[in-house]
Amino acid sequence: MSSSVQSVVSQPYKYGFVTDIESDSLPRGLSEDVIRAISAKKNEPQFMLDFRLKAYRRWLAMEEPDWPNVKYPPIDYNDIIYYSAPKQAEKKLDSLDDVDPALLETFDKLGISINEQKRLANVAVDVIFDSVSIATTFKEDLAKHGIVFCSISEAIQAHPELVKKYLGTVIPTGDNYFAALNSAVFSDGSFVYIPKGVKCPMDLSTYFRMNNGDTGQFERTLIVAEEGSSVTYLEGCTAPMYDTNQLHAAIVELVALDNAEIKYSTVQNWFAGDENGKGGIYNFVTKRGLCKGGNSKISWTQVETGSAITWKYPSCVLVGDNSVGEFYSVALTNNYQQADTGTKMVHVGKNTRSTIISKGISAGKSKNSYRGLVQVNPKAEGARNYSQCDSMLLGDTSNANTFPYIQVQNSTAQVEHEASTSKIGEDQLFYFAQRGISPEDAVSMIISGFCRDVFNELPMEFAAEADKLLSLKLENSVG
Amino acid sequence: MINENAKTILSVRNLHASVEGTEILKGLNFEVKAGEVHAIMGLNGSGKSTFSKVLAGHPDYEVTAGEIVFRGQDLLELEPHERANAGVFLAFQYPLEIPGVSNRDFLRVAYNAHRKANGEEEVDVFDFDDLVEERAEIVKMDVSFLDRSVNEGFSGGEKKRNEILQMALLQPTLSILDETDSGLDIDALKTVSGGVNQLSTPDNATVLITHYQRLLNYVVPDYVHVMCGGHIIKTGGKELALELETRGYDWLTQKEAIA
Repeated sequence: MSSSVQSVVSQPYKYGFVTDIESDSLPRGLSEDVIRAISAKKNEPQFMLDFRLKAYRRWLAMEEPDWPNVKYPPIDYNDIIYYSAPKQAEKKLDSLDDVDPALLETFDKLGISINEQKRLANVAVDVIFDSVSIATTFKEDLAKHGIVFCSISEAIQAHPELVKKYLGTVIPTGDNYFAALNSAVFSDGSFVYIPKGVKCPMDLSTYFRMNNGDTGQFERTLIVAEEGSSVTYLEGCTAPMYDTNQLHAAIVELVALDNAEIKYSTVQNWFAGDENGKGGIYNFVTKRGLCKGGNSKISWTQVETGSAITWKYPSCVLVGDNSVGEFYSVALTNNYQQADTGTKMVHVGKNTRSTIISKGISAGKSKNSYRGLVQVNPKAEGARNYSQCDSMLLGDTSNANTFPYIQVQNSTAQVEHEASTSKIGEDQLFYFAQRGISPEDAVSMIISGFCRDVFNELPMEFAAEADKLLSLKLENSVG
Repeated sequence: MINENAKTILSVRNLHASVEGTEILKGLNFEVKAGEVHAIMGLNGSGKSTFSKVLAGHPDYEVTAGEIVFRGQDLLELEPHERANAGVFLAFQYPLEIPGVSNRDFLRVAYNAHRKANGEEEVDVFDFDDLVEERAEIVKMDVSFLDRSVNEGFSGGEKKRNEILQMALLQPTLSILDETDSGLDIDALKTVSGGVNQLSTPDNATVLITHYQRLLNYVVPDYVHVMCGGHIIKTGGKELALELETRGYDWLTQKEAIA
């Protein structure tokens, strides 16, 4: 292998700008006082403060996990700002017209229009800037169907009974180190409630933007789909370029009741650090869906391209009989990025089914690991799982690993696991070149082909976006 | 077809090339005019395949001396994909498999890359589909192969047909067929040869690299060259191939050793 597949330079990150806006932040560091202050700023009911404090006390007794296949210097949790909000968001906005023009402009630049008239697609958006939700579009239209789509802060005020009933039921406060931290300090996020029998008439979406350099982002999303309902949810994220690392520890909880279906897609494009590995987001996220009802279905699709470090395992707990869990993932790492990502499929109910399709692409000096657990509990008669984990290497300085864990406690279960590792070889590129196709186009065709099974699961606009994003990220990886 | 007045397409002078520091081509001279069919024969390791890869610009091969002029242009200055778009086509001895990329997409992107490089407008998916299905007839390829991944799970014969389909689509000025006959049964050999003959015009040229005279019954060469030790040691007409078939290479290679 000659040197031509090796040299890796990342496409400049085009979302790396900073918005100059006055913000209201709490002092650095974490303590019960800080948590009380966050809760007070949000004027939360007592049960929320109790929830946070319980989580904080659990967190104090926990240790940061050291098992992921990633390396980073110790994080000083007392050097992080846990709450930061654009000044103006303090007061309640009556309409989108009141949103600070600087913020509107920020999101316009990102290609996210908060102005409903300007939106082309049939997608409602909740926009989150640092610690707070700035705006939620199409709220009234959705309300006509009985759908609640708002920021979680708003939900805590307007629908405390729903929040109280479901928050922390899928991911308990002490689930893991980062989940406990999030439960203690989360500032905002999205809340979705789809009533019984309602098929959500448009895709719902959250757009996360981290602006402030020293702020951690701890958002929390909760989606509840009642009996016979369905919803498609999209999540996008970007952040400015800083040469320090920013912490992002989010939680997403999904609950699907009888015959309900939730499809959750993410295109993650946080700043990944520069080509020397300086800066970038630490993306330590807990995402889990509970198929609580019979015949329910939860499907995760993720395209992970950013972050300096990704630690993320969107999972499904299949409790309801005949429930279905799916995980489709593309994780691309370049330069010095590190990703340890995968899923957990926990089969509890009878005839539960799960599918895992994971595609890892590693370029540069990056490290890309798939880690997955398929667990079949004793009562999960007739459970089935199919897993396919494919890795692709570009050049010979990147690293791909697969850590599949399979635990089967029921003899009627069927579990299949397939894995492959391939390399974009010089000979493949030469074959393309001999037909007149440049190395850049060849790599992008091979990568799209490799990821097709996953891209097919994305909503159409998102799929095109993801395809483009991967090509950009790999620009100049060969040649 | 030999025509003394035809334009020279390819002119190779004193070509030396090595792979990983070992010299394989040692002073090769070779000239091709429009309308001609050349066959290059020789034992394994004589440098035939190396020559085809050097022409196409494979990155593992380093040209250490000599020149290659293709239609008046210094070929060595061009990147591999630029050479292809300029009209150099190599039918691979072992065509690569590209999982996940459909044959149809691959062919369309290649076709449009050629058009773009030649200042022509790219064709859309629908026009291309008509075109490729028409060209598939030339090699009697079932259109279902167009929707499979490039060469993935193709038999040896199907891969070779696919190579000729690409040639039919790209209509190169110079086609180099590297052991396209190897691994083909007689029916496939006839189909592939028929395709090559059909694509041959007074404006283009074909270079066949082969071990066997068998192919030359179907694609009749104007010149037969024998390669040994990294250069051409003998050139003759099509009867030279028949002579090699009966006498082998020893009488030539020994003469070479003495010389």
